[in-house]
Amino acid sequence: MTQSNRLTAGRIDRAQVLNFTFDGKRYQGHGGDTLASALLANGVRLMGRSFKYHRPRGVLSAGSEEPNALVELRGGARQEPNTRATTAELFDGLEAKSQNRWPSLAFDAMAINDRFSAFLTAGFYYKTFMWPAAFWEKLYEPMIRRAAGLGSISFEPDPDCYDKGFLHCDLLVIGAGPAGLSAALTAGRAGARVILADEDFLLGGRLNTETISVGEQSGGDWAGTIVAELAQMPNVRVMMRTTVIGAFDHGIYGAVERVSDHLAVPPEGKPRQILWRITSRRALLCAGAIERPIAFSDNDRPGIMLAGALRAYVNRWAVTPARDVVIFGNNDDAHRSAADLLARGVHVAAVVDIRAQAKPIADYELLAGAQVVGTQGRLGIRGVEVRLASGEIRRINCGALGVSGGWNPNVHLTCHKRGRPEWREDIAAFVPGPDGPAGLSVAGAATGLFSTASALSSGSKAAAAALRDLGIRARALPQPATEDAPVSITPFWHVAEGKGRAWLDQQNDVTVKDVKLAHQENFRSVEHLKRYTTLGMATDQGKTSNLGGLAVMAELTGQTIAKTGTTIFRPPYTPVALGVLAGRSRGKDFRPVRKTPSHKWAQEQGAVFVEVGMWLRAQWFPRPGETHWRESVDREVLATRRSVGICDVTTLGKIDVQGGDAAAFLNRIYANGFAKLAVGKVRYGLMLREDGIAMDDGTAARLAEDHFVVTTTTANAVNVYRHMEFARQCLWPDMDVQLISTTESWAQFSVAGPNSRRLLQKVVDPAFDLSNEAFPFMACGEITVCGGLRARLFRISFSGELAYEIAVPTRYGDAMIRRLMAAGEEFDVVAYGTEALGVMRIEKGHAAGNELNGTTTARNLGMAQMVSKTKDSIGSVLSEREGLSEPDTLTLVGLRPVDATQRVLAGAHLMTKGTVANAANDQGYITSAAYSPNLGHSIGLAFLRNGAARKGEVIEAVSPLTGLNVDVEVVSAHFIDPEGERLRA
Amino acid sequence: MHDLVAITSLGANAARLDCVGAVTLTEVPDWALASVTARLGQEDACRVALATLLGVELPGPGGMVAGPEVSAFWTAPDQWMVEAPYEAHQDLARAVKEVMGDTASVTEQSDGWCRFDIEGEGLGAVFERLCNLDLATAAPGSASRTAIEHMGCFVLCRTAGGHISVIGPRSSAGSLHHALLTAMSSAL
Repeated sequence: MTQSNRLTAGRIDRAQVLNFTFDGKRYQGHGGDTLASALLANGVRLMGRSFKYHRPRGVLSAGSEEPNALVELRGGARQEPNTRATTAELFDGLEAKSQNRWPSLAFDAMAINDRFSAFLTAGFYYKTFMWPAAFWEKLYEPMIRRAAGLGSISFEPDPDCYDKGFLHCDLLVIGAGPAGLSAALTAGRAGARVILADEDFLLGGRLNTETISVGEQSGGDWAGTIVAELAQMPNVRVMMRTTVIGAFDHGIYGAVERVSDHLAVPPEGKPRQILWRITSRRALLCAGAIERPIAFSDNDRPGIMLAGALRAYVNRWAVTPARDVVIFGNNDDAHRSAADLLARGVHVAAVVDIRAQAKPIADYELLAGAQVVGTQGRLGIRGVEVRLASGEIRRINCGALGVSGGWNPNVHLTCHKRGRPEWREDIAAFVPGPDGPAGLSVAGAATGLFSTASALSSGSKAAAAALRDLGIRARALPQPATEDAPVSITPFWHVAEGKGRAWLDQQNDVTVKDVKLAHQENFRSVEHLKRYTTLGMATDQGKTSNLGGLAVMAELTGQTIAKTGTTIFRPPYTPVALGVLAGRSRGKDFRPVRKTPSHKWAQEQGAVFVEVGMWLRAQWFPRPGETHWRESVDREVLATRRSVGICDVTTLGKIDVQGGDAAAFLNRIYANGFAKLAVGKVRYGLMLREDGIAMDDGTAARLAEDHFVVTTTTANAVNVYRHMEFARQCLWPDMDVQLISTTESWAQFSVAGPNSRRLLQKVVDPAFDLSNEAFPFMACGEITVCGGLRARLFRISFSGELAYEIAVPTRYGDAMIRRLMAAGEEFDVVAYGTEALGVMRIEKGHAAGNELNGTTTARNLGMAQMVSKTKDSIGSVLSEREGLSEPDTLTLVGLRPVDATQRVLAGAHLMTKGTVANAANDQGYITSAAYSPNLGHSIGLAFLRNGAARKGEVIEAVSPLTGLNVDVEVVSAHFIDPEGERLRA
Repeated sequence: MHDLVAITSLGANAARLDCVGAVTLTEVPDWALASVTARLGQEDACRVALATLLGVELPGPGGMVAGPEVSAFWTAPDQWMVEAPYEAHQDLARAVKEVMGDTASVTEQSDGWCRFDIEGEGLGAVFERLCNLDLATAAPGSASRTAIEHMGCFVLCRTAGGHISVIGPRSSAGSLHHALLTAMSSAL
């Protein structure tokens, strides 16, 4: 198809012919086109269906404020819904589809909604779908969601990648129109570090869409000259296709750079988009202004657009939506559109100006003091009805109607930190208030200075002032001669007469009548108005509609627009793809992985890994022939208790505590005493939170008078370190104590089982005596292994067996596990994973994370005697609270099923036998459970009311949700070796 | 002499080397680290002792210095990390402690960390996609603590924009290497 509506000239590359499709139909455009301009060039005005009523809609604007022309781009996994045709840069092979229509854009079955509009007014679903209540979730809401809606997604993973990054500058200039270019040039020439960001792919802003000249050049050429100079400056970074989406704390701005959106497929390894965090010392908002429409009867037909957009399409893209055009406005700028269209050979059938005193500025028919009261055309405008000043109605045929209700400065970023804009009566617009983000100033149209000359000079002056603040000498540049027209406008929001609906928010199908309904039903605050009618929601956030809506509300309430105010502006300024917010943090790269020193070896053994926080730990090591994880785990447990097993315990937190007050410090951190722990000894310690609840448990080994190594649970390693740092820095800064994490510095292995000593004797250098007398239970020391490698040895046991933990520098961890396994061959050594570790600690009755669950006290854990009364420690006072020391408090007990074939299940609640299973009768709950291969049945640990006194009682473990009810006997939590003979052997 | 063989942080016998364009990413396993923190009330004595050990003036906040044998970078108030070649300083912490005496707490840190060196032209573009460090203003000899893809790292600027060391958590060496290489591929 030929580009029948393509005019001459324009800022496009005609030599570049780009093929694309829209709803499967083939078209051609040129380099520099957007999808919208290329469609208009091909005579396509109908681009979408509206959200609620499925009304035919065309393009309203020529920028990111577009409410109507939302399309799906690309196909397959790259299918991307809700993209504005006005910002989608055309590329060869682009596939675009319209959305929210069935079966086709021209014939949409759901347009039936439009016939029922009387029932589908604002808030209709709050009133209509009330009964029966159960139908809402299952029927009504899905139905409404299907009928209304935007585009669809592919449900496939995004094949592209996205980056995040960080930039720094003296001055961030937001927007590269006349004000922004002038500012960047001023700052760039002064030598400041400048970032100039603009959402467009052609810098210059309105300079590219106007016929004005700057100095001796056209506006567009002048912009090109300045951009070329800026690009040469090493201190200036020019970022096109980059939208500054939000203002955050301390001069930080978010920006999205669309690196490859204009390409069919990004180059290999390159991101599609980048989310930049820009730290600026000063920022200057030069975001320009957005034209606003006027509401009138049936003002939403394809072909009706903003007058300034019409002018932009003609001047920049050399396209017109039609050959016959009418302009309707309330200000002088509307006339500029008419003049430009005429100059490019488009027939301007009439200019309708509501102002009786309006004067023409070119050779067109001016209908002063008139209003457009209706339009004709189904899938595109065919004509307008105008109420003349005389009172007569006149019909005028046209294929497009340009509407101008005035211009709104883009104040958004000045409001992201809760700043409120101020109403200026003289230009009938909100301008930035004085309470914007610190360090942000505003220039050009964004501050209400609408002429090119004032934009150039305010940009330069504002940049120089911002730099002066930073101590950088900068001079405002001499400004070239250019357009400097004053603003002349008579505020006008909607035409009162007309048969059809007058649309305020075309994206959300909100009409003047809807605002009246909101007023009638007392939703009068702008925030209520927004929620009740959906005015200003969705992808465009009401950039063209908000002011119209609140102006209508102001009329209804009789308040001024200033008093009525605006809704809150929030980031992002324009829609942001979720992919770029995630950056590289997706899939397996969602967060860093931590690997243990024996990871490579464990992989070779075919270990099954489990995520423990960010750590990957071996869960069990399957052997050939084992078909169920329990077989592996049972074997690992039995072999360890029978002979010897090895487990990588590097993940347990290790904190190096040194200093003259190290012992005194730990004495305050732990509930039990540490001051008198002898050098060369380890002690189990329980630390409480300030509120007396158990925080973590572990061991502290005293390597020297002034040197301890504290171990924590894997899960709490960071929390405990943070807690101790807080205590050191804030609670007791007068103590001589230094902390540093050494978790990763040492590869640490538990060697457990009756043969653990004999195995270790094969690797520990002979100078170190491991006999029970020389190195008893709870001993520790610095040793050497394998002929001189420095190592640490701790005789501690989680399994309840004779056991040690041996630590070597991490780089030797891999070699160490291989050596231990080889040395253990004669003892049938096994490697065991976290499952076997768990089974053995439950058999031994050791508390772990399941028991230290943030609600339990030392008393609950059966460790009340550990909370020393002879000293003060964190949490000791509040652990004495009345409520925590009731006689029938929960106590840790062991459970075994009366019928050994039954299972004890963690999470089940405990009931006294014969009582009804309900919350009132609840006696406690099971925290940990496992199958004990040593006992041959299931066992559990539980918190039971007055548990210590109930040994031997048979109670019920219930889970009413799953129908579980098992008789269990209360026993000691120490199922294996309750006297602790093994670990002292 | 013991007979155990060390592996690198990436789990191999030899250091990994990757190139993207003219920029190289090298795993550097052969450096020892020890932290030095002044004891309470011993801050001045600690500085004197450490300066003597280094043979040069101590680095201030955000700085690093290289002495004839060992170098050091600042990590916190009255806290430094001392670096030295691993081969000649296998028990660096013990040696440093002997010099520092009771003026400081010294802790072995060699294997708590992994180190990757990135060298070549265009490192600014790489690092702006990794961390919030303003490389343009980072002078040679600057040392910063920052987060790279959620990992707490030290970024040491050894020469102006041309040679940077990233020292990160050893257990996450694979993730850190992936992040660095990805940023290089993306930016270069």
